[in-house]
Amino acid sequence: MDLAAFTFDILLPALMQGLIITLQLIACSAPFGLAFGIAIAVGRQYGGGAISWLCKTFVFLIKGTPLLLLLFILYFGFPAIGITFTAFTASVVGFILCNAAYNAEYIRGALISIKDGQMIAAQALGMTRWQAIRHVVLPQALRRAIPGLSNEFIYLIKYSSLAYMITVIELSGAGKLVATKYFLYTESFAAVGIVYLVLVTITTVAVNILEKRVAIPGTTRGTTAAQL
Amino acid sequence: MDVLLILIDWFPYLLSGIATTLGLVLSALGLGLLLGLPMALGQVYGSRPVRWVIGIYVWFFRGLPILVLLFLFWFGIFPMLGLGALPAFAVGAVVLGLRGAAYQSQIFRGAVQSIGEGQMIAARSLGMSRLTAIRSVILPQAMRIALPGWSNEYPNILTDSAVCYAIGVAELLTITSRMVTQTHITMPIYLAAAGIFIILNYGGLKVLHGLEKRIAIPGFGSGAV
Repeated sequence: MDLAAFTFDILLPALMQGLIITLQLIACSAPFGLAFGIAIAVGRQYGGGAISWLCKTFVFLIKGTPLLLLLFILYFGFPAIGITFTAFTASVVGFILCNAAYNAEYIRGALISIKDGQMIAAQALGMTRWQAIRHVVLPQALRRAIPGLSNEFIYLIKYSSLAYMITVIELSGAGKLVATKYFLYTESFAAVGIVYLVLVTITTVAVNILEKRVAIPGTTRGTTAAQL
Repeated sequence: MDVLLILIDWFPYLLSGIATTLGLVLSALGLGLLLGLPMALGQVYGSRPVRWVIGIYVWFFRGLPILVLLFLFWFGIFPMLGLGALPAFAVGAVVLGLRGAAYQSQIFRGAVQSIGEGQMIAARSLGMSRLTAIRSVILPQAMRIALPGWSNEYPNILTDSAVCYAIGVAELLTITSRMVTQTHITMPIYLAAAGIFIILNYGGLKVLHGLEKRIAIPGFGSGAV
């Protein structure tokens, strides 16, 4: 079989199917990863006492454990204590936990970078603490966190490949199956690699556009030093 | 406490897994440093084609998942180059190292670029060659600035080293998975593995932060900037 026929008739259709699963994994994980990341960062920064400690411990544990081991715990470990996930759900849960922990660190850094005066001023205007966080601190902090968050999103794209290790046939898994069946390893994995490179490159460009779109004139990175 | 007994029983085996994991991490960090530093210098001081080639390398190794890189090299590129007989450990270490080099080069590049241009001009005006100036003036400062960022490569590579499970390197995760299949005790063994990874992770970071303090020059460095 010649390479062109292999590529177009066998490899690409298989990779397309895998790509759809990869995109589903990312689409199910990223929004929750972001939401929990914000919640954990706010909880750690403003929660006080027990909540703050809980958020800190969560991040500590998740960041210390390899994602692949986390997936094994969810997929192979949890059935032993009576909770069974499908491979896809286990992957999504693992990605959300991991993504949330890393996002939380970036958001916390951004929260710290917003000067205390903002909170004091907001409260002086009669806002509650929660209102001040929601309407004054977070909108600024999240914009500053965009570069870090987008990095984590790109990591999520790449680490979604680990779902294959717990039997989800996503992009890398689809490539592996074709490679093993036809003994064309370099070609198959190179094609898989190209798809990931395209995904990552598109994301990088998209994030740069997003960052410019949501920028508030006068509060961008270049001028932060002049603030307050 | 039969779980504890099993863990004690398998302890030597577990230790070999830890040793393999640390071996992977240290060789990958070393290779990454060896390649990453020249790449960073090439990207700052090199000619246009050199910068371009390094840029492509970094884009490639940072854009691919570690799993795909391992598969590509283990099943594809190394056998194609006639290196099919390389043990999985060597392939894992080299792939983690090549990938680490891409990340490390960007850490060092940022550090080198953060050194004011005046330093190079001053060194040159004192009669140093470009290479001497880089070696004796720029790098000693840049390396100290880069160290905190570089320290973060350690936990990254440690957690990524677990993916070498996929090509059958007998590192900690592989060893624990074998223990699980043999003993049919899942959760406690996986949690023990997670505990070991966490200890290795933060223990290693403590050592690196100690090193940062050790080599700090008073009045210079991240603490003072």
